[in-house]
Amino acid sequence: MTPSNQQYNQFKDQLLAAFRANEERLNGESKAPLHQLRRSALQQFERLGFPTIKHEEWKYSNVNSLIKQAFDIDGASSISEADMDDLQIPNLEGNILYFVNGQYKPDLSRIVSPAEQVQITSFAEALKAEPELIDKHFARYADYQDNAFTALNTALANDGVVVRVPNGKTVEQPIILRFITDAREKNIASQPRNLIIVGRNAEVTLAESYRTLGDRSSFSNAVTEIVVEQDARAQYYKVQNESEAAYHIGTTQVYQADNSHFYSATVTLNGNFVRNNLNIVLNGQHCEAFMYGLYMPNGRQHVDNHTLVDHAMPNSYSNELYKGILDDSGTGVFNGKIFVRPDAQKTNAYQSCKNVVLSPNASMNTKPQLEIFADDVKCSHGTTTGKLDEEALFYMRSRGIPKDEAKTLLMYAFAEDVLSQIKIDPIREYLEGVVQQKLAM
Amino acid sequence: MLSISNLQASIGDKQILKGIDLQINAGEVHAIMGPNGSGKSTLASVLAGREDYEITEGTVLFEGDDLLDMAPEERAAAGIFLAFQYPVEIPGVSTTNFLKTALNEIRKHRGQDPLDAVQFLKLMKEKMKLVNIDQSLLSRSLNEGFSGGEKKRNEVFQMAMLEPKLAILDETDSGLDIDALRIVAEGVNKLRSPERATIVVTHYQRLLDYIVPDFVHVLYKGRIVKSGPKELALELEEKGYDWIRAEAEAA
Ligand SMILES: Nc1ncnc2c1ncn2[C@@H]1O[C@H](COP(=O)(O)OP(=O)(O)OP(=O)(O)O)[C@@H](O)[C@H]1O
Ligand SMILES: [Mg+2]
Repeated sequence: MTPSNQQYNQFKDQLLAAFRANEERLNGESKAPLHQLRRSALQQFERLGFPTIKHEEWKYSNVNSLIKQAFDIDGASSISEADMDDLQIPNLEGNILYFVNGQYKPDLSRIVSPAEQVQITSFAEALKAEPELIDKHFARYADYQDNAFTALNTALANDGVVVRVPNGKTVEQPIILRFITDAREKNIASQPRNLIIVGRNAEVTLAESYRTLGDRSSFSNAVTEIVVEQDARAQYYKVQNESEAAYHIGTTQVYQADNSHFYSATVTLNGNFVRNNLNIVLNGQHCEAFMYGLYMPNGRQHVDNHTLVDHAMPNSYSNELYKGILDDSGTGVFNGKIFVRPDAQKTNAYQSCKNVVLSPNASMNTKPQLEIFADDVKCSHGTTTGKLDEEALFYMRSRGIPKDEAKTLLMYAFAEDVLSQIKIDPIREYLEGVVQQKLAM
Repeated sequence: MLSISNLQASIGDKQILKGIDLQINAGEVHAIMGPNGSGKSTLASVLAGREDYEITEGTVLFEGDDLLDMAPEERAAAGIFLAFQYPVEIPGVSTTNFLKTALNEIRKHRGQDPLDAVQFLKLMKEKMKLVNIDQSLLSRSLNEGFSGGEKKRNEVFQMAMLEPKLAILDETDSGLDIDALRIVAEGVNKLRSPERATIVVTHYQRLLDYIVPDFVHVLYKGRIVKSGPKELALELEEKGYDWIRAEAEAA
């Protein structure tokens, strides 16, 4: 099966073996359509192999140091509530669900919204209890044909969350998914998988937060599929504040129907190697999609954001603003694709990516890609990458503000443009605090 | 208060200041005039600590201390304020927030307690009246999208808030309408005291009708080529710079 041009990789072998061991335990169930789909995803992963920098989409993001490590993939953890103290977000209220090493922890979690507003189940539970629902949606949006990591997740994912908001309901409390990797003793790999279905004219606010405990290596390979049905509204925040030894590769796949609104912010504060794919298909008219992003790699951190907005139908609007602050030997990638299909007349699509590079050893790669096949559209894109504004710095210093503080103030204001988009106040305040701290370092 | 001797500064291999000598005592107002490109803003920037310039010769003492040895923020704390000819836009930072940080940093540097929100607001209200500036302007991003006149007025407002010992106004009058000019001048005059001094860089006699200088200096090609009483400004207004040029070339 493995093409001869692929190098043998032990981690890959371990993952394939895990799938087969699991399959044996399934017995008769292995004939079920869901399992067939997972098996095809596994075969795809096997065929694709881990990407190398020869792959166009991975040119600036080398996963080599990730895949040569060994990881524990069984998800066991001895975590207790007391261990969570350092990870708390002050004043956070709402539905808070904890996943440790990829597995749902009901004892740490709390669901406060009434079932008539929203149904929240763990993915593992839904797999058992509602196979038809999973069959209907699972892997229907996030394509695994070209993405080895999505294929891997599709094959192996066993936990995460399934959120369903019934038609016409507004979920008053936010839903916060906290993915904790307990890497205190071992290298840990996990494959979280989430499915969010926002019914017609329904509304929900959702956040994914990623943290690590301990300083061993961790690898989260996450996939979230979000369906925003007609007239529905979803706010979605992805927040990453992981360790210096954390690898994160994630895909958020969004599917929007007529007149739906999707509003997102992706904030990456820490992590060794982060790759976020945010793909939005605007498969309806009069949709709106907002994408904000903030990343601030320092040390030897690497953050790669790939976004794709696919305007498939006429009269929709998308707007994207990503901002980066790069320091030390930090590196960043922004790749923003906008497709406007032939049918998608009267599309408005805007994209902007602004970066400040604070050190001569830091670097940023930006690549906007607009592919426009309709003629009556308004599209614009712009990327800027520059140094700190020396004029502004002198102006501030000449009024008595010390250099470091002036720098922090300037950079904080730059970041606040994105942070202010986050409407869950405790999360925004927490992020503002971390950003302040990181800038003052 | 300020004593400049033989100050020479260059940028790259271009020499801009070619030996400036200037004495400013507390209580005095000095006007600096001179044709475009003669080095007025350069002198102002060098005094405020802009790092783009290389000081190749000379000394500057401020109240006996070596000014050239101090960082821009230390100079501000010591009491120097430069109102920029072209104030810089600072996106995302409001004037209020900016000034609160600046004022408290200066206070910290002087070993004073920071002003709390109430004290700061009180001071702000008072100074806002002084230069007739609007609250809505102060809550916007500093200078961003401000009109030319609004920027200048905001500079004077900041000066009033920080109460410097030595204020350097670099063409603060340019771009101001007649009313604004008078308000700005009044703002400056209210700060006049026996302990403070002011350097006014300007092209126009008009401002000097309101802020009456004790001395007028003419800067030409990086040198002060003529100094005199306030009447010198009138003479310049009348005759232009040709006779100064002729005198300078002859010397
Ligand atoms: N960063 C720089 N690089 C190169 N030349 C510079 C720089 N800054 C100033 N200069 C030059 O130095 C000279 C003096 O400039 P300066 O701004 O001090 O003049 P000025 O007297 O303030 O003029 P104006 O009346 O037009 O404001 C000019 O010839 C200017 O072009
Ligand atoms: Mg000038």
